[in-house]
Amino acid sequence: MLRDYLLIGLLLVSALAFGALIIGAAALIRPKRPYPVKTSTYECGLETIGSTWVRFRVQYYLYALLFVIFDIETVFLYPWAVALGALTPFALVEMAVFVLILVVGLVYAWKAGALDWV
Amino acid sequence: MGNPEPELSPEQILELEQQGVFLTSGEKLKAIEVLYNWGRRQSMWPVMFGIACCAFEMMATGAGRFDMGRFGSELFRASPRQADVMIVCGTVSKKMAPMVARLYNQMAEPRYVIAMGACACSGGPFHEGYNVVKGVDKLIPVDVYIPGCPPRPESLLHGWIQLQRKIDGQRIQDVPWYGKDGDTRECAIPEYGPHGLVFPDKTAG
Repeated sequence: MLRDYLLIGLLLVSALAFGALIIGAAALIRPKRPYPVKTSTYECGLETIGSTWVRFRVQYYLYALLFVIFDIETVFLYPWAVALGALTPFALVEMAVFVLILVVGLVYAWKAGALDWV
Repeated sequence: MGNPEPELSPEQILELEQQGVFLTSGEKLKAIEVLYNWGRRQSMWPVMFGIACCAFEMMATGAGRFDMGRFGSELFRASPRQADVMIVCGTVSKKMAPMVARLYNQMAEPRYVIAMGACACSGGPFHEGYNVVKGVDKLIPVDVYIPGCPPRPESLLHGWIQLQRKIDGQRIQDVPWYGKDGDTRECAIPEYGPHGLVFPDKTAG
């Protein structure tokens, strides 16, 4: 079993090495001629107007919240689905109850307008 | 290291090029230089820079019938940082001139410019216009000029191929973006003043 982990470790090392090789080779070959206008911020050829930091709408938190809830539900569903063959039929009923509770939450969010676009 | 004067007919020039003798440098390029140039010429990405009517011909060249993508320019980049060649299509007005110069400056080496159409070459039919820059080469250095009003897509492709041949002939020793005394080709950015363009004073500072 340890040999399998050796292969994964080799994959990790080679992935890191490949990325480092590409970036390193490019850094050696590329021309380096910076001057102030060249490195200035791009804004369609104009001088930049306004600040770069735009304010994000905080209403987007709602989508993050919904995602977290249903993501955790999915995390529970995956091992259950894998192990379902070895479990009694009661496991099916139990998971159905769990999903039903979360569906009630989904229906509430839907009716409350949380899924409409901001 | 200068450019020799070839007194050769076009057929002789083509035959020499096919043998790998590139007349820009006058001698055969090494394999590494051939590879370096081949990689650059086969994948030149243009900056989306259609200013006026020639832009339509550029779009037609990029579309299905003439397909510039088969020459490597599949992607027209919106940002000059990611582009190799700037195809200036259309009349450059004096209001647009600072933007042309700034965008050229923001491109990363190796960078080339194709002046497409009569207006970009010399002001074109609007040469007497009060707000027209008489040729984009008053602002930025141009590598290939394509006359026409507008040039047909085949003309643009011909100009593209000429630029590829120019790239084929560049030696790594002579290119301006390597080496200590290379030329950054920094272009002055004019200001659009009340009486036309005002270039920054080079003697000051």
